[in-house]
Amino acid sequence: MTTQYMEINNKKVEITGKEKNILEVARGMGIEIPTFCYHSELSVYGACRMCMVEDEKGNLIASCSLKPQAGMKIKTHSKKIMNTRRMILELLLANHHQECTTCVKSGDCVLQKLAMDMGVKKVRFKPRKPWQDLDTSSASIVRDPNKCILCGDCVRMCSEIQGVGVLGFINRGPDINVVPAFGKLISDVDCVNCGQCVSICPTGALTIKDDTLEVWDALLDPTKKVIFQIAPAVRVAIGEEFHHTEGENYLYKSVAAIKMMGADYVFDTSFSADLTVVEEASEFLNRVIKGEKLPQFTSCCPGWVTYAEENCPDLINNLSSCKSPQQMFGAVFKKFFAKQMNISLEDMYVVSVMPCTAKKFEAKRPEMSTDGYQDVDAVITTVELARMIRKMGIKFEELKPASLDMPFGFSSGAGVIFGTSGGVAEAALRYAVEKLTNETLDDVNFTEVRGLDGLKEATFNVAGHEIKLAVVSGLANTQRLIEKIRNKEVEYHLIEVMACPGGCIGGGGQPVPNTAAARVKRSKGLYSIDATSTVKKSQNNPTIEKLYAEWLKTPNSDEAHYALHTHYGHKRRIGGMEIADAAEGTTEKVIISVCVGTNCYLKGSYDVLQELIALAKKHGVEDKVEFKGTFCLENCSNGPSIKVSDDLHKYGVKKEETEKFFTNVVLPRIK
Amino acid sequence: MSKIFEELTREAVNTPKIPCREFINAKLGLVKLNEEKQKYADELSTIYRRESGIFDCQIALCKGTGCHSSGESALYNKIDEILRAKGIREKVNIVETGCRGFCEMGPLVEIFPQNVFYCKVKPEHIEDIINKTVIKNEIIHELLFDGVQIAEEIPFYKKQVRRVLKESGHINPENINDSIVHGSYQGFMNATRMTPEEVIEMMKASGLRGRGGGGFSTGLKWQFTRATDSAKKYIICNADEGDPGAFMDRSLLEGDPHKIIEGMMIAGYSIGADEGYIYVRAEYPLAIHRLEVAIAQCTEFGILGKNILGTGFDFTIKIKQGAGAFVCGEETALISSIEGKRGMPTVKPPFPSTSGLFGKPTSINNVETLANVPLIMNNGIEWFKEVGTTKSPGTKVFAMTGKIRNTGLVEVPMGITLREIVFEIGGGVKDGRKFKAAQIGGPSGGCLTEEHLDMPIDYDSLQAAGAMVGSGGLVILDDKTCMVETARYFMSFTQSESCGKCIPCREGTGRMLEIMERIVIGKGTMDDVDLLSELAQTIKFASLCGLGKTAPNPVLSTLKYFREEYLAHIVDKRCPAGECDALKTYMIVPELCKGCSKCARVCPVQAITGEIKKTYIIDQEKCIKCGACYEACPFNAITVG
Repeated sequence: MTTQYMEINNKKVEITGKEKNILEVARGMGIEIPTFCYHSELSVYGACRMCMVEDEKGNLIASCSLKPQAGMKIKTHSKKIMNTRRMILELLLANHHQECTTCVKSGDCVLQKLAMDMGVKKVRFKPRKPWQDLDTSSASIVRDPNKCILCGDCVRMCSEIQGVGVLGFINRGPDINVVPAFGKLISDVDCVNCGQCVSICPTGALTIKDDTLEVWDALLDPTKKVIFQIAPAVRVAIGEEFHHTEGENYLYKSVAAIKMMGADYVFDTSFSADLTVVEEASEFLNRVIKGEKLPQFTSCCPGWVTYAEENCPDLINNLSSCKSPQQMFGAVFKKFFAKQMNISLEDMYVVSVMPCTAKKFEAKRPEMSTDGYQDVDAVITTVELARMIRKMGIKFEELKPASLDMPFGFSSGAGVIFGTSGGVAEAALRYAVEKLTNETLDDVNFTEVRGLDGLKEATFNVAGHEIKLAVVSGLANTQRLIEKIRNKEVEYHLIEVMACPGGCIGGGGQPVPNTAAARVKRSKGLYSIDATSTVKKSQNNPTIEKLYAEWLKTPNSDEAHYALHTHYGHKRRIGGMEIADAAEGTTEKVIISVCVGTNCYLKGSYDVLQELIALAKKHGVEDKVEFKGTFCLENCSNGPSIKVSDDLHKYGVKKEETEKFFTNVVLPRIK
Repeated sequence: MSKIFEELTREAVNTPKIPCREFINAKLGLVKLNEEKQKYADELSTIYRRESGIFDCQIALCKGTGCHSSGESALYNKIDEILRAKGIREKVNIVETGCRGFCEMGPLVEIFPQNVFYCKVKPEHIEDIINKTVIKNEIIHELLFDGVQIAEEIPFYKKQVRRVLKESGHINPENINDSIVHGSYQGFMNATRMTPEEVIEMMKASGLRGRGGGGFSTGLKWQFTRATDSAKKYIICNADEGDPGAFMDRSLLEGDPHKIIEGMMIAGYSIGADEGYIYVRAEYPLAIHRLEVAIAQCTEFGILGKNILGTGFDFTIKIKQGAGAFVCGEETALISSIEGKRGMPTVKPPFPSTSGLFGKPTSINNVETLANVPLIMNNGIEWFKEVGTTKSPGTKVFAMTGKIRNTGLVEVPMGITLREIVFEIGGGVKDGRKFKAAQIGGPSGGCLTEEHLDMPIDYDSLQAAGAMVGSGGLVILDDKTCMVETARYFMSFTQSESCGKCIPCREGTGRMLEIMERIVIGKGTMDDVDLLSELAQTIKFASLCGLGKTAPNPVLSTLKYFREEYLAHIVDKRCPAGECDALKTYMIVPELCKGCSKCARVCPVQAITGEIKKTYIIDQEKCIKCGACYEACPFNAITVG
């Protein structure tokens, strides 16, 4: 076959037919075509029109959806295109809350950068959108609709990659908006706080909730003992904030910087990851031996845990009861170290530096506390740490590395690779294999579970036990896997789940652009740290051994359970506000709430509601009952669900049973 | 003869409830009949044709939306009542038909065999109609249009070439028999005797182009869909008619639903689809009802379903009601809407012909396009090309509204001049005013002016003139219509109908509207004119879908042909047509003012002052142009300019 060519900006370029689109071909040639809504991992949306290119006939075509063809002649920066791009930017800026100097996204903002690059000097239109309030309800994410350019990146990220679909478009034309379901606050819907929407948002419309002020307060308070923990994935990404390449290890410079800020101790979350490995793998071995609650799902990712609590009530018991490394660290310090070092809980302030936004939410969970103090007081992300370093006036590049404090600064390689997809599974294997075989494991590399594929599977035969493993990252991938498990199409013993693609290295708190290419390099960085580490197995970490000897006794002991394990519950996906009042109400009334959630509605709950209202009228008691339609009462299988005052009628009420229900249940309460 | 009659009583009971399969098969020429049987079948059909022969008279009432809302149903009841009172009800057949097209003159009543066409019939005329016309064959001259007795002789119909509308207004759209007798499903049978490829070749050769606006070759569209390999394919009928003032599709669906179903079947057969969707606006309840009836009757007759009439071809049709978003007329948005998603267009490629509804190859055709298909299959390519131009053969239906004497639905050969449509069929501009422009193609189209009156109306010449055939909306504007205001109106329509997905359309149309709103209140500047053009270019070139790409057309075309009107608004702060409220000047003519003070008393802002019995004066600074004084003056002494 003869080689085929096309032309971009008068330059010949070979095409094989495998190219995705003109945009990628041009970028491959070193020509940057600007775009807001094109991301190789997401579906092609074609809305921003910034990537328009001109064909020979003078037509403008979006290069994101244009397949290269032999003989095509394309211009990427003609006069017509540049004028169009400038006009698009001008239109966007006119409706964008331009407060760049105080915007946290400033510097990383795509809109700001492109407006500058394209030479938009003046905006000839006045702002016309009414001011919309910021949504600061979430522990992790702040949504500022006034800065939204409606590119839909977050919408697609949340539904396509994460399978959560919290955000969506409402209204049309000039009134279009991106909002959570039913226009509720983010904290009232099933957001898992993964922060991937923040990662992909080109402007300051979605940002990480900033907790640095609180941390500064603690650092500057002489009575506080401030203890930092740094998660593994932070060290291979923070350099990007200071113009270094992805994947380089900046742990020790970070330690030096944090110390300069005034921290008392800087430790490593990889240490508590080692602890997690021992606990979680022991739990797993127990389950394997007993043959119960399998497959075991890992529980170190708080995004996944929230997702499971909201969407997989049937699998809640399959989640490992282990706390995440962040929370194990907090527990060790608040429950053990505080006493040992004689620091009062009031004065102890634990700060986590995490690649993750969901960790902010996790730290605030009520069960993650000791004597009324949260085990982790504040969580800042990689980008927030970088911001603090800059605020402190530290020249990161010139900083001399400093070492972690001991003993909790020591970790094994297994604890470090926790930061990448497959790392938890590999670390657990390094423990489990040794325990099952009772022999020292020499080759610790389980390369089968490495790499950044969304789903990895492996089967190991260990001392007569077959262990089937799945490693999944990205919640949409997880969703597909869970469906298969539910349909009994696949069977596993251990499943590692990370909410973010590629695991923590691709977390929502990492520097942008948080692309696949960046994730590959960060992951490599972690594996190379593991390769050069002296201790590679968690169980060989001397600090861990000491901790068991002095405090926890054995893995999964009562002490360990008290400090390091937790429990989960089924969470409702939408905040349970009543949505409609069917009748006016006073306080003395019997309140009948009829669920009009999707399931019950389909089963005829609305008819039941109407029927009940009619019955109340028929019996002349309409002033003594108050009817409400509510969202899901979580009794779907027995719906239509009805609550009388606060009592859920467990078996539901079908339309034909309405009268019976009214006379037997409702009327007696009125009289 | 008696034998035939005997057979007839047994076999010819051919109602939707008791279908006579032999009859249909015979009609459709499906069963190979021996000579005797053929003769028998012919007899049957002849007698069926004369079904009304048992009646002495047939009264056809137009039940199109126009006539219906002018009070058609009252007429039906009245006729029924009087006929019963006279004891001749069973001798007269009352048929409620689809739109007859001459909506301005509705309700329309046509009586056979007398062949009389009555206009603007009111219930009080019914008694007379029955006594004189039905019983005595006398003609009531005051109910005729300009004294013309036969519909086809009226200028409104005379210049038309009614092909897709031929049966509409004549048949009972809720009775499949009526359609079959008038030739329905013969085109489909002809198609099944050919290979799908041959059908596609025939469509290509006929030169039929999409009547929804784009003008793309229907045969080619089918060819692309056929060429995509897939076990499942769909055909969609786009009946999401959303242009302001357009009602072609609605009338067709209401008047002759079987033509569209047949068109879909032929399309389905040629592209290899076994399922069709009709995407119709929920605001068209009558059209939906008639489609439902038609689909149910087809299913009963075995015309839809499995192994249709023994051809081995399976086809079913579903109706999907749209919620009335204009953008859902765009094919990818329409597909999203059927799939249950937000009605937003998606990028092309992939085109629906490769990945459409539910990811399957799909051909989307407009109602009128599909209605043309069976006609071509029935009458051949040569017949189809008899009218129209070489590049745009066939006819086009227009919904003519605005300042025109004969508002209504007209079907004209492509290539007809605007002059013929407006002045011959349309009867000229209303109230004898001067023709100023015709807005064609709705919010996506442009305007044609006096200089275009003799230009042929077809896809290509319209495009060259900066307008488009569009779906067929034709709004006639007279000299009292402000072109700037007209353009502003269409801009406000598109900006609120924009789905909001792509930036040029969402943001740009809003900004264009903003400028237009400034200009019509006299606050525009000359910079605004440049900015309008600049915005228009961006929206036109960069928008994602057809809605955006064509949204600036009304502004661009008025800017081109009526630039001086824009300048009058901007520089002189004056609306030459006197339509823009904010630019009106109310003046008191001293010669006519009697000094009665009525105007001063009604003025809400005390802008009028004066002394009794002397001339009053309006303070232009204070005047808010509300027109209260104008309405109040008993001496017509106030002028508006």
